[in-house]
Amino acid sequence: MTLDLTQFHDAFFEESFEALDSMESALLKLDLGAPDSELINTIFRVAHSIKGGSATFGFSEIASFTHSLETLLDELRSNKLQVTSPTLDLLLKSVDAMRDMLRAVQTKSPIDTKRVADLQFDAEQILAQRNAAAAASVATPNGANVPAGSETASSSTPAPAAASAPAAAPAVAAPPAPTDASSSAPATPPLSRPATEGSSPARHWKISFRPYPELFARGNDPLRMLRELAELGTLDVETSFESLPAFKELDSQNCYLSWSLELTGDVAEAAIREVFDWAEGDCALDVVEVTAAAASSPAAAAVDDDIVNHDLIAEFDAMMAADAAPKYAPVVAAPSAPAETPSPPSAGAEPVKSRTAAEPSLAADGKTSKSEASAASGIGDSGSIRVSVEKIDELMNTVGELVITQSMLSQLGKNLEGPSSEQFRLGLAELERNMRELQESVMRVRMLPISFVFSRFPRMVRDLAQRLGKEVNLVLNGEHTELDKTVLEKIGDPLVHLVRNSVDHGIEMPDVRKANGKPSFGTLRLDASHRGGNICVEVGDDGGGLNPAKILAKARARGIVGPNDVLTDAQACELIFMPGFSTADTTTDISGRGVGLDVVRRNVKELGGTIETRNELGKGARFIITLPLTLAIVDGQSIAVGKQNYIVPLISIIESLQIKQGALNRVAGHGEVFSFRGDYVPVIRLHEVFGVEPRAHELHQGLIVIVEGDGRRVGLFVDDLLGQQQVVIKSLETNYGHIDGVSGATILGDGSVALILDLPGIIRRAGAGVRAN
Amino acid sequence: MNQVATTEPSSGAEQFLTFVLGGEEYGVTILQVQGIQGWDRCTPIPNTPDYILGVINLRGAIVPIVDLRRRFGMPAAEFGPTTVVIVVRVATERSERTLGLVVDAVSEVCNVNAEERQPAPDFGAGIKTDFVKGLATVDKRMVILLDIDRLVSEGLLGELSVH
Repeated sequence: MTLDLTQFHDAFFEESFEALDSMESALLKLDLGAPDSELINTIFRVAHSIKGGSATFGFSEIASFTHSLETLLDELRSNKLQVTSPTLDLLLKSVDAMRDMLRAVQTKSPIDTKRVADLQFDAEQILAQRNAAAAASVATPNGANVPAGSETASSSTPAPAAASAPAAAPAVAAPPAPTDASSSAPATPPLSRPATEGSSPARHWKISFRPYPELFARGNDPLRMLRELAELGTLDVETSFESLPAFKELDSQNCYLSWSLELTGDVAEAAIREVFDWAEGDCALDVVEVTAAAASSPAAAAVDDDIVNHDLIAEFDAMMAADAAPKYAPVVAAPSAPAETPSPPSAGAEPVKSRTAAEPSLAADGKTSKSEASAASGIGDSGSIRVSVEKIDELMNTVGELVITQSMLSQLGKNLEGPSSEQFRLGLAELERNMRELQESVMRVRMLPISFVFSRFPRMVRDLAQRLGKEVNLVLNGEHTELDKTVLEKIGDPLVHLVRNSVDHGIEMPDVRKANGKPSFGTLRLDASHRGGNICVEVGDDGGGLNPAKILAKARARGIVGPNDVLTDAQACELIFMPGFSTADTTTDISGRGVGLDVVRRNVKELGGTIETRNELGKGARFIITLPLTLAIVDGQSIAVGKQNYIVPLISIIESLQIKQGALNRVAGHGEVFSFRGDYVPVIRLHEVFGVEPRAHELHQGLIVIVEGDGRRVGLFVDDLLGQQQVVIKSLETNYGHIDGVSGATILGDGSVALILDLPGIIRRAGAGVRAN
Repeated sequence: MNQVATTEPSSGAEQFLTFVLGGEEYGVTILQVQGIQGWDRCTPIPNTPDYILGVINLRGAIVPIVDLRRRFGMPAAEFGPTTVVIVVRVATERSERTLGLVVDAVSEVCNVNAEERQPAPDFGAGIKTDFVKGLATVDKRMVILLDIDRLVSEGLLGELSVH
């Protein structure tokens, strides 16, 4: 019997992506030195379940990679290896790599085997170091834990890496041990830096520069780098279009090209690497010297470079791959072989002990992968099922229809006469209660905690800060604040933008901060909270803040503000939201604040929210986004104007009252105001705004509903207040278009349609009318 | 979409739902018709052209209702027992929309062959025939074939979608 496994692929991918997210967040929570064993278990479970799943489905690359990872994690789990910063980096990179691999398999595109092999080799390298250290400390009792930790902890210094290199090399090349390989291995310890010191005037470098697609997003320009390289010597450029997708799939934001470069000239490797400094982490870079003495260059690199491990491996790998000289073949087997087949040849590269430990679990995987996967994805919540959004929307629509039917029945039941009418009414009341609960439950299904958005920030901030050389402490608050999925999905990008802005431009470099008497690490706060029917998300930093004077000067220079206009500081800060305020020119002058902020504001506005800034020069800036909790439902107050019923969102109603005759004042003969608790509040006659015939023309005959919108209070003059109810918001724009003063429509109990008022819109509209008069 | 509709393949018959409006007979492609329902009151939308009568609840969706008489500048008539709403689906540049057209009465579904169709005559600048796809003769009666996509994208919802 053959089972078609492809039907489970989607579930596997989804679960894996989710599991990777939890792995990433667990990694970020991991304390260096004193890791929480529960977190490591979580991470291990993820790797294990992905390994099991991918092995089951025949994704051998992923299975093999996760297997290596698992070996490393197993060491961490059993405390044989300490969690160090490089290890953590490697694990985070591995998360990315696994994500990309999964995505590649999902979209049936080729896997970046090179990158995977690099990482895999890194992982094995760390293990090899550990083993070397352990071997060295074999004499000391209980040496396995402490010395191993201290050794690897300092692996960013050259010494242990150099020590580990010979240890690793013989381990790998031991069985075949051709003379060349063994001679290259001893060549490492002397570390006489032959590449730099004994340099010949014209050296020949082979550089393979393969940017990751997101290179541009980090502000890197390959062209600039190539030009810079060309200044160092004679440069031969070969561009590879390999990964260039079809035109339709082309995303102009992504970099698809890669380059093979040949540089001839008296250039040190460090100089070449310096050119790519900014792109570090955004590309796969290999720099190899093409000479007879090539074999010694990695050793030199190991001494030169502070990111010893990675570069060393990259070099080894590239050298092997590029030259494919048979003499290095035994060594090359280490990085690449595991990537292709987890077959015996690679066994030599791994510590025997963990290998055997991993073996039985691999065999058992086929059976246990499912339960493992659910265990991994179920961290934090016990038991969940996956439902597509369409199904929920469908359900919600049906429930909406049911509510309408139910209220129709209720109305009928009121007038029913007969012996069992009382029972009927009781049943209807029961139905109504159940109905309401059902509706609320369905609504709740769509609500998700904002941590879905927040969870990406620890990693992002960490990476950004690392790249910029800043120290940033990210504080997240209110991660469990729930909001509607649609809002959640749309708030991600604006928040990313704001966070990036804050790290990039808000928080200063550590030395600047110290000079200004601040702690060297900046604090970036993300707060989410419910405020009434809204959700408030705040992005605040304790950086330099916006400089209103500079912004204003810039705006004047650009003609956005007239030379004689006087703006308050707050108004000046508002300018950063102006489109076109985001030019390169501005970026340098006012430290880039304003880049794309107009897009942020537009996105927020589209969601019916607002964004404001709170700024204190020298102390930091805060961006406060206020959004409706959900786009689907609102607590409404029905009001009547003439024959029409409208819904006013309950949260914007402050009070409803009847005013006495003569309590009204006029301003300049037009605007009507009345005194409400000491404030003069303008009156908007809703019937005038909407052009309907009211029942009452005199204010004292109707009711005034005090509402707040856009930060202003007005009194809406209406004929009557009807009931309060939760209404499902339906878009008018789906089939019609936007209408000023109306945010949407809803279907009432009798099946008729009522419009939902957009108070800020009405206030603006009425305001404009008054001004026009 | 507009192009497709105006340059209809010359061969083969097309089915049209015909309806009466002020004594004239009009036809819309049956493929665009979603349903026909009796006239019921609708909720007026403020500050819209007078031919937009308002919106109704059509199985949970909010659908605007257009009074075709007023849209074509005909004198308004009392809504009687034959007054119906033809629910049509139209395609605009960006999306598909559903709307209801109020007409005096529906008459029939008829086949119109290509040879029975002729292009809309040019009445000069005074009369707009933009949304007339053509004229057809059915049982010796003249039927004005409407291009609803165009009716919607030009001037009906067109000015609204700008927002």
